[in-house]
Amino acid sequence: MIINHPLLGPRDASEFTYLGDASLIDRPDGGDIDAFHAYLHLRDNPAGEHRELWYHEYGDRSWLVVTRNTLTHEITQVELARDVARAKGRSR
Amino acid sequence: MKYSAAQILWQGLTGNKGWKPAWRDPAPKPSYRVVIIGGGGHGLSTAYYLSNEFGITDVAVLEKGWLGSGNIGRNTTIIRSNYLLEGNQPFYELSMKLWEGLEQSFNYNAMVSQRGVLNLCHSDGQRDAYARRGNAMILSGADAELLDAAGVRALCPFLEFENARFPIKGGLLQRRGGTARHDAVAWGYARGADRRGVDIIQNCEVTGFDIENGTVKGVQTSRGAIKADIVVCCAAGSSSRVLSLAGLRLPIESHVLQAFVSEGLKPTIPGVITFGAGHFYISQSDKGGLVFGGDIDGYNSYAQRGNLPVVEDVCEGAMAVMPMIGRARVLRNWGGVMDMSMDGSPFIDRTPVDNLIFNGGWCYGGFKATPASGFCTAHLVATGNPHPTATAYRLDRFRRGAPIDEKGAGAQPNLH
Ligand SMILES: Cc1cc2nc3c(=O)[nH]c(=O)nc-3n(C[C@H](O)[C@H](O)[C@H](O)COP(=O)(O)OP(=O)(O)OC[C@H]3O[C@@H](n4cnc5c(N)ncnc54)[C@H](O)[C@@H]3O)c2cc1C
Repeated sequence: MIINHPLLGPRDASEFTYLGDASLIDRPDGGDIDAFHAYLHLRDNPAGEHRELWYHEYGDRSWLVVTRNTLTHEITQVELARDVARAKGRSR
Repeated sequence: MKYSAAQILWQGLTGNKGWKPAWRDPAPKPSYRVVIIGGGGHGLSTAYYLSNEFGITDVAVLEKGWLGSGNIGRNTTIIRSNYLLEGNQPFYELSMKLWEGLEQSFNYNAMVSQRGVLNLCHSDGQRDAYARRGNAMILSGADAELLDAAGVRALCPFLEFENARFPIKGGLLQRRGGTARHDAVAWGYARGADRRGVDIIQNCEVTGFDIENGTVKGVQTSRGAIKADIVVCCAAGSSSRVLSLAGLRLPIESHVLQAFVSEGLKPTIPGVITFGAGHFYISQSDKGGLVFGGDIDGYNSYAQRGNLPVVEDVCEGAMAVMPMIGRARVLRNWGGVMDMSMDGSPFIDRTPVDNLIFNGGWCYGGFKATPASGFCTAHLVATGNPHPTATAYRLDRFRRGAPIDEKGAGAQPNLH
């Protein structure tokens, strides 16, 4: 798979490590144990379009949100996770 | 028809006209006592033990494709009971004991071959960890032997002992481990269940659940609605997809695992060998092909095929531990979709929907579990209680802070 890095252009997926569903950006604040359990352990795990976090470990060390189809592996969108988090008001 | 030497002789003398298909091809009935979703190893063994051990024969197994089209027909066929943790090891040892009597029990040749599983160690620390694991295995009634380098050399002189980074210091050997013929396991269980009246219904995809007041009443399928008192989901890599139809979210990600087979060679490798410094495992099939694999690809996938970096990684592992196979040609490689759980361990449990039972989360290790998984799932269905060896496989264990994390990797499925 080739991931089209927004800053660096097309890079081989083996330069990246994979974390999982991009909803991991939405870490619940506060002490609601059920919400935190769901955040940490439960996944939608869809067959089809999936937004997910990839880390450019052997590159510029940026976190990306990649939109990829889990049935075909086709990648349709790549964003900087920083931008996605900021748009949600999660970062300065 | 019971298979036996006398039967072969009789059929041979009568023109082989008496052989029948190993199981029927029935149309679905409107209702059953138990409906099992998924005609893989675990669905079929659940049906087999329900009908043969627990006397429940009003059972249907619904399979969306053909029998054995999932991971039961795609795995590298390794069977072993060499786990460390209390929640796991007694269960896998039960499975090993069932493997040992399986062919007599279901009257089918599953080619169970106890040719030994050898885990290599490459450092003193790893040897200590294997000593501990071996002791845990022995405590559960399994067999384990710690070999030094000379012991490994006597078994497998062809390994790369002097590798500068990963010298072989010894290994943990389970002689009772080995391999089995994966397709024959599915066929044997299917035939054994069918002989007791279980309906095995292929090309029948479950598309929804009928749930009333929190209790499941039946399923919707591509071949119509089917009522059931109890529904068991054994959909392996598709567990999240299937149970999302019942409104559940699981502690599971689906990942692809690849496997490889070489051209047929003369007998070269005595048993199953695993490399302890990378992820690589290998055995030789009875046809002569070297069957091997390594890490999962590491990203969510339902594609049943993987990518090239893992191919390279697996071949590098092979060359690091067993350079003699460098000239063998890879004949085929393929992938299967696995239900990777948050701690690398499985589930055999009730769900928040009454009478809906879940069997899944088998990761890349569910083939060896096939007999015990079916037995324990049948036990739960028939008695309402978990089998004593499967009490830890609860669906709510993460919420309770009781994961069964063999690797200690945390809630990160691609690290298990
Ligand atoms: C490459 C590879 C190598 C492996 N090697 C080993 C090994 O060496 N040792 C080991 O112990 N384990 C191994 N495993 C893991 C093992 O194969 C699996 O854990 C195990 O087979 C899963 O259980 P199953 O046999 O029931 O799954 P499957 O055979 O996948 O059965 C699930 C069935 O459910 C059906 N299904 C899905 N959705 C629906 C629906 N909506 N309606 C009806 N039916 C449905 C599917 O078609 C499928 O047939 C390996 C796996 C892979 C992919």
